[in-house]
Amino acid sequence: MNFDFSDDQKFLKAEARKFLEANSPTTRVRTVLNDDATPHDAALWKAVGEQGWLGAAIPEAYGGLGLGHLELCVIAEELGRSLAPIPFASTVYFLAESVMLAGDEAQKADILPRIAAGEVIGALATSEGPGVVGPATVGATVSGGWLSGVKLPVTDGGIADLALVLAKENGQAGLYLVDLNGAGVSRETLTTLDPTRDAAKLTFKDAPAQRLGAAGEGFPLLEQVLDRAAVLLAFEQCGGADRALEMARDYALERYAFGRVIGSYQAIKHKLADMYIKNQVARSNAYYGAWALNTSAPELPVAASAARIAACEAYWYAAKENIETHGGIGFTWEMDCHLYYRRSRQLALVAGAPRVWKERLVSHLERRNAA
Amino acid sequence: MDFSDTPEEAAYRKAARDWLAAHAPKHNFPVKMHEPDFLPRAKLWQAEKAAAGYACITWPKEWGGQGGTAVQNVIFLQEEQPYDAPVQAFTVGLGMCLPTVMTLSDEETKQRFVGPGIRGEEVWCQLFSEPSGGSDVASVRTRAVRAEDDSGDWIINGQKVWTSGAHHADFGIIITRTDPDAPKHKGMTMFWVDMRDPGVEVRPIHQMSGGSHFNEVFLTEVRVKDSQRLGAVNEGWKASLVTLMNERLTVSGGGHANWGQFLQAAREVVGGDGASALQDRALREKLADWYVQAEGLKHTRNRTMTALSKGETPGPENSIGKLVLTTYVQELANQAVEMMDQYGIIADPALTPLRGVLQAAALSSPGSRLAGGTDEILRNIIAERVLGLPGEIRLDKSVAFKDLPTGR
Repeated sequence: MNFDFSDDQKFLKAEARKFLEANSPTTRVRTVLNDDATPHDAALWKAVGEQGWLGAAIPEAYGGLGLGHLELCVIAEELGRSLAPIPFASTVYFLAESVMLAGDEAQKADILPRIAAGEVIGALATSEGPGVVGPATVGATVSGGWLSGVKLPVTDGGIADLALVLAKENGQAGLYLVDLNGAGVSRETLTTLDPTRDAAKLTFKDAPAQRLGAAGEGFPLLEQVLDRAAVLLAFEQCGGADRALEMARDYALERYAFGRVIGSYQAIKHKLADMYIKNQVARSNAYYGAWALNTSAPELPVAASAARIAACEAYWYAAKENIETHGGIGFTWEMDCHLYYRRSRQLALVAGAPRVWKERLVSHLERRNAA
Repeated sequence: MDFSDTPEEAAYRKAARDWLAAHAPKHNFPVKMHEPDFLPRAKLWQAEKAAAGYACITWPKEWGGQGGTAVQNVIFLQEEQPYDAPVQAFTVGLGMCLPTVMTLSDEETKQRFVGPGIRGEEVWCQLFSEPSGGSDVASVRTRAVRAEDDSGDWIINGQKVWTSGAHHADFGIIITRTDPDAPKHKGMTMFWVDMRDPGVEVRPIHQMSGGSHFNEVFLTEVRVKDSQRLGAVNEGWKASLVTLMNERLTVSGGGHANWGQFLQAAREVVGGDGASALQDRALREKLADWYVQAEGLKHTRNRTMTALSKGETPGPENSIGKLVLTTYVQELANQAVEMMDQYGIIADPALTPLRGVLQAAALSSPGSRLAGGTDEILRNIIAERVLGLPGEIRLDKSVAFKDLPTGR
């Protein structure tokens, strides 16, 4: 039994934390929060690229470091902890993973080296309106290699170079690569719950589009992409949730009310114990997801679902109860509590809400435990 | 990251598996605790394990153990579990009482008790909780006073409660009040007692779930020798910490209602619309939540096991186990009952899906949330020992025990 990260992976995690504490303190995150003209931290993005993180899981043949997904998991946790306001998930978990999963040789050779080199920002565009994405919600169409339609919200849509767009061709759903800097694309910035991450409405009008993967395989491919992303996002969520718990604990130890530190009241102690419990349940599920992702195990869909459900619950609870523990000061713009609260919403929604994953999980369990 | 044994672990597992396959099947387990031949059969199995070195794997060889590692112990337990052997008869004795005896008593006492204990010849119980205090162990009122005859003996009077297996037990370790003028933690003393003493009366407690796994124990003029003392006079609190530290390593999950049973039952239950309860969206969401909890615990155990396997001290994450488990099992059992609608009230195994295990779980789960530390105590432990938050503000630490308000 070796259900843990290796010493090398732990070293990478420690280095990532040091790097992000220096390069992505919340004071820097706030420049993205406060300034509409700064949709992401471009300097941090460049620095992260120089660290090689963008290509951590990309094979060396395509310009990456050729490490495994476990290395990507430890980096993800630290990115989540530091609230790094960069398009890492969109570019690495969604775009790079999709291309590695379903791209043909030419697509891999074209896209992966550019991602590893930090030259391409990616985005995944599936949603068109309120409600769960499914065959009935796809209005975007491709005809003769030209894409038309509207997608919103698209995380990092305002800054991305290359989007993966869910659209129908001859009535069949597929995922299409679209150059967002090319013809037929217009972007409109969206106001969201988490301004530390970019989001846009993308309008396509006869934009050149190239299918990724086989015809009619859009949804099965999307599910695979989301399973892989769910594990990596879960690590970001674990990182954020643990940081929120630390903030609440630290504040509970220094704030006095009625003559004693508030951390001495059982109401606070038990709340923080519950945060710890949820964070550990999330972490253990995320570890199993990491194992399944790294080994491409058949258990991945179930493991990823469980990891995502647990991580969404843990981060939500930690983020909201961190504010509650802080009291009034926690509700101010100047206090960092809301940054985690906002990010917990962004991460819980960007790959589909937990409700959807619960249904997917039970469907898998039903099949697995069939009579 | 993988789930494989190391070569050494694999070899140990194979030896354990082979040994179990050669020895366990002939015992025809399971045997339930209320069956009359439970104890003799449990003792036979324990003796067989002891002879092969599998009874107390982590204990030193000179005490009948194997001098093995914690991970070897876990491996053996994993392999033994499918046989459903009646190991619970010895859990308290080998997990808590004898380690306390081994830590605190003289050589002669150790020689007298450890061997018979490990071989299952003698069963032990732990006489800690009292009607006046369960979570608050240090509030014991059972008195031990020196006999007036200068023998140095002690006379014990009082009552204990929630004593698992006292009706099977030959001996017990007991915590008593020896100095009521001192603050509560400073006036207690621990002894071992012979449960066959005429002054010891064991009465089963009838649980709300119908069973009787626990007892009340009444002690009337029970005379014990000073040599039966475990630890120094009035140092019983320290002694009890030795015992309770071992309790945390002992109490485990196992044998509880689970999501798989819920899924199976939900398939069998068909509502008025002709659809199985498994199609109910609200229930499906809950099922997903319970699965996530169960998996969270399973993989938390895997993390602990990994630390043990590497020879490291496990992190505090395992402290969440009992709290998470008992909470979701109670919720799951109750939802299963409600899923059956009016019919859910029926507890007759012959008439209910899965032979009533979910109804039984609905009734036993309140006890699981209390045994081995209540939800509230466990949250305090996580908050204080893991997160470093302050202990409770205490009104009872510097006051003489006899002056503390006691309620009823």
